[in-house]
Amino acid sequence: MNKTTLYTLKSLYRDDFRVTGYEFGSGKKSVCIVGSSRGNEVQQLYCCSQLIRKFRQLEAEGRIAAGHKILVLPSINPCSMNIQKRFWPTDNTDINRMFPGYCLGETTQRIADGVFREISEYQFGIQFTSFYMPGDFVPHVRLMDEGFSCPETARQFGLPYVVIRRVRPYDTATLNYNWQVWDTQAFSLYTTSTARIDPNSAGQAVLAVMNFLSRQDIIKYTVPGGLRSRVVNDADLISIRTAKSGIFVPMVKAGDTVEAGQPLANILEPYEGDILETLYAPLPMTAFFVHNEPLTYADTAVIKLIES
Amino acid sequence: MIKKVASVGLPVDEVLEIRKNRILPERHGGSGKRISIVTGIHGDELEGQYVCFELQRRLEGHRECLEGIVDIYPAVNPLGIDSITRGIPAFDLDMNRLFPGNIDGSMTEYVAARIIEDLAGSDCVLDIHASNIYLTEIPQIRINELHQDILVPLAEAANVDFIWVHGASTVLESTLAYSLNNIGTPTLVVEMGVGMRITQEYGNQLVDGIFHLMKKLGIWSGEAAPVRKPIISRNPEDVCYLNAGVSGLFVPVAEHGARLGRDALIGRIVDPLCGKVLDEVRAPEDGMLFTIREYPIVVEGSLMGRLLKKEVCGYE
Ligand SMILES: [Zn+2]
Repeated sequence: MNKTTLYTLKSLYRDDFRVTGYEFGSGKKSVCIVGSSRGNEVQQLYCCSQLIRKFRQLEAEGRIAAGHKILVLPSINPCSMNIQKRFWPTDNTDINRMFPGYCLGETTQRIADGVFREISEYQFGIQFTSFYMPGDFVPHVRLMDEGFSCPETARQFGLPYVVIRRVRPYDTATLNYNWQVWDTQAFSLYTTSTARIDPNSAGQAVLAVMNFLSRQDIIKYTVPGGLRSRVVNDADLISIRTAKSGIFVPMVKAGDTVEAGQPLANILEPYEGDILETLYAPLPMTAFFVHNEPLTYADTAVIKLIES
Repeated sequence: MIKKVASVGLPVDEVLEIRKNRILPERHGGSGKRISIVTGIHGDELEGQYVCFELQRRLEGHRECLEGIVDIYPAVNPLGIDSITRGIPAFDLDMNRLFPGNIDGSMTEYVAARIIEDLAGSDCVLDIHASNIYLTEIPQIRINELHQDILVPLAEAANVDFIWVHGASTVLESTLAYSLNNIGTPTLVVEMGVGMRITQEYGNQLVDGIFHLMKKLGIWSGEAAPVRKPIISRNPEDVCYLNAGVSGLFVPVAEHGARLGRDALIGRIVDPLCGKVLDEVRAPEDGMLFTIREYPIVVEGSLMGRLLKKEVCGYE
């Protein structure tokens, strides 16, 4: 293992902003794994820490295949993590909307540029990331429909689902999108949680990465069976929307299978406790995403269902 | 007449309403044309608030000269304005990345779609911004090069100092202005002043421009002061960006709008802990300082100013 500082930015009163990378193996740039890019992505950080622990062990046991280099960046935004703010401290910009970056530009453009120089040109790029809406997910791999990350390759993670996302204009400045522009096959990994640690889904994500790397012959690791992921387009998810604002009381968890007509959640009147509405499953499916805040707005997709 | 553009119930005993004021001509007939003034997409940019007020104050004096419709939308992001938040609070979303929205979408997408529906068909829309809380700007209009043929002549009537025609970018396709221009509703993006403040001088200048524009469009038959001739820049090379080379406290020396010679001192970046000057910020070329940093703390990369090259400004 080789621990290096990939990027540094001096601050006036705080410690230097450092992006730290952990290298395992040597040779061609095979895979780069990026953890948190926002200050609240603690689960993403945790997943990387568990991977680093695993890779150290594999390296010591000589189980990283010759000629392959693995780079892990547990966080590209420690500065925001330390003040518990999702975006950049001074200007609230999102580093994951600044790629490929610009070395003469604004602060977060410079960070994106400095980091991207170190993490591009890998064959595979894996990013642990989060959704802009608060909620729990079934662990899955996401890839963009433009570009050349292929769903068959994504299946090698062995997670229950591979979701293909239609590219929207604001996606073009994300790390995933820009990795692909520069010929890296990019995959975004979503685990259950973001702002709190969910050890089980983190474990599932670590195993998924191990699955993938062993199927690519980058590491030697015995993968038990592994399931065949279902490939779904994001347009095929069924959004269950609230009609009312109020207190959100879910009756299912992410990953639960539901029957047609099963109540999924109630929205309560916040002062008097009456049930304003009950949300039902229209079809037998699996709860893929479940909102996890106690309040909800109207017209919000609080639950997303996916075919089982 | 106050009209509701969009309305959404919030979780706890509150209704979010986006409202506009529609000002109609006193007599029937008229030109049937419509100008729409929009501001507050970024909740911490308040220069447009004064413009909305001042425009109505002046209209009130000579309502008989109004020949068309004036729609005023002072707060399209009311939660942001109330909480001194640039984006939409609770979602941490930049509202100007949500357009054209989706009428069947989430609350924020629905509100965006309703705003577009309501503005569509205007003969001209002004979307008034105030830079951000870090930088002060001279009154200017920013135009996507894709729409310059229609927009530059309108912008020239708006009494701004500068028209900046910039390159197309995919990310900007989700702005209000792009979405409206894309459906054939001419929309000008005004940037002036600084966030969290009002600069009355700039506001008055723009209101003069709005009257001039209304006269050109056949919405106003009364007096309209002559407008200044703006500098127009179409080449990205015309503008020099001054980004901080080190983190520190930026102490400006040059005045906003100053015409500077090459190497003129613009400001210093200092370290208050050690009492040292860390860097001197100097003009890389002859030019006019059309943007200057207002918020004093800088991090490496922070923008401290922008310079428009002398040959573009056309001064001696
Ligand atoms: Zn703005």
